Amino acid sequence: MSAPRKIRVDLELIAGLVAPGSRVLDIGCADGTLIDHLFREKNCDARGIELDMEEVQRAVTHGVPVMQGDADTELVTYPDNAFDYVILSRTLQAVEKPREVLAQMLRIGTHAIVSFPNFGHWSLRLQLLTTGRMPMTAGWNRMWYETPNIHPCTISDFFALCKQDGYIVEDWLAADEQGARTPWRRSRRLANLFGEQGLFLLRKA
Amino acid sequence: MDQNPAFPETQHQSVTFPQGLTLDCGQHLAPVAVAYRTYGTLNAQKSNAILICHALTGDQYVAERNPETGKPGWWEYLVGPGKPVDTDKYFVICANVLGGCMGSTGPRSAHPDGSGRPWGTDFPQVTIQDMVRAQKMLVNHFGITRLFAVIGGSMGGMQVLAWATLYPEAVFAAVPVATASYHSAQNIAFHEIGRQAIAADPSFHGGHYWREGVRPERGLAVARMTAHITYVSEIALTRKFGRKLQHAEGLSALGDQFAVESYLQYQGSSFVQRFDANSYLTITRAMDLFDLAADHHGVLGDAFKGARTRFLLVSFSSDWLFPTAQSRAIARALNHVAANVSFVEVQSDKGHDAFLLDEPDFHQTLRGFLAGCAEHAGLA
Repeated sequence: MSAPRKIRVDLELIAGLVAPGSRVLDIGCADGTLIDHLFREKNCDARGIELDMEEVQRAVTHGVPVMQGDADTELVTYPDNAFDYVILSRTLQAVEKPREVLAQMLRIGTHAIVSFPNFGHWSLRLQLLTTGRMPMTAGWNRMWYETPNIHPCTISDFFALCKQDGYIVEDWLAADEQGARTPWRRSRRLANLFGEQGLFLLRKA
Repeated sequence: MDQNPAFPETQHQSVTFPQGLTLDCGQHLAPVAVAYRTYGTLNAQKSNAILICHALTGDQYVAERNPETGKPGWWEYLVGPGKPVDTDKYFVICANVLGGCMGSTGPRSAHPDGSGRPWGTDFPQVTIQDMVRAQKMLVNHFGITRLFAVIGGSMGGMQVLAWATLYPEAVFAAVPVATASYHSAQNIAFHEIGRQAIAADPSFHGGHYWREGVRPERGLAVARMTAHITYVSEIALTRKFGRKLQHAEGLSALGDQFAVESYLQYQGSSFVQRFDANSYLTITRAMDLFDLAADHHGVLGDAFKGARTRFLLVSFSSDWLFPTAQSRAIARALNHVAANVSFVEVQSDKGHDAFLLDEPDFHQTLRGFLAGCAEHAGLA
């Protein structure tokens, strides 16, 4: 546990949005890689919640503070403004009540960082149009009857929800499947067509 | 310490605090002896100390042969050189609880009135918090202002929680294992069966059995048998014994027909050799009285307000005495004050006893948690 470890591109992108020394909660943190990174590289007080017990054990075994729990039910137990950033990476589409989870995130944190796979990507649209079947891609790779991604949305959908619920989009970008930044940043329409993932930094109005 | 034929005395390492301590019940208890064992070396900064808290019938012999039973230390899976609680790195302290019968002041100790009789049933009712206060005196005695970690399972876990609430500044990391913030009605009910069994034993003599030179062995054995059932899961009992018969010939209502019966009887009879009945009454009652939330206007989170301690909560999936829901409730209360919490439920079919057994997932988790904390504490 010493040399800075290489982390996934998408996690690096998220880490880039977090101010040094801040308090961070990572929801659906898996084995806690991002938490560990934020502690080591940015001196953050970071911790996580993860549903999968094996991942939780892996995280804690590596000295990362993670509690087993479900985003849908656990977030209500935190006090208001307990964190500077609450992160939900590639998990929003899999929770039971995305809108409620988002509201909770912005209650317990001053900022929310949310990433999700963009269901508006052209290849998904094309597959649905041409085959008439639910699209299957690298990111959307489970059959409709067994996918955990029960609430797919597009980048445009997400912008609409933010507007509806009064969240300020401080920063956003579209990314490819690996999470690397793509050039569609300034056009929402193009981002929605060509971005495989959306990444948003939100705060309360 | 008085000599009594019914209680052969073993000498235990201990320190006596003549000033004693004021208990939750209001009574001042003096002197207070705390029997303890230590392992490893305290570093110059006195920053590498770990306190282990034992369970209801445990003792201070956590990582070495118990001089009374000849059995290995009760947490040798966990504590020792190179073990998850590594005595090559940490200075490990384990003390017999106040009210116990392994050298710390308890019902078996001499009454301070100079009569030479033991406290017996006159011993004041202590609480989990009182036990912790006695441990704090021991920790102070070593000149340690902050413990790197406090670790304990079951009643030991209750003490960990009490430590984190009474002396939050003195606890860097807390590991309550297979425990709860209060004793449930079901837990109290099982304890009460045990206490009634002891009281109903003709050898109990209203708690003054030492006068008669006897011990309420039957009652204490039944108490232990009942308690033992609560420590194991149904599946573990079934795996071990099923419906195996001990004596296939003949039928009788009493006597060990089934293997599980003789197992329980063995558990009971070996227990009475090492445990004092009045201690059992005192300590089970201390557990029953434990309710952290009640001490904070019913809000458990308030008990941990401002906590900077790092917590690891561990539960075991088949533990029905201190079920996972109890640990989760503590985790949630800690979330409520935005404390630093890790919470793991370990998959095990061994019931409550799992915390004492060979559970590699638990041991790896604890090892990693301590390593992470050591880094944050600047110990690594």
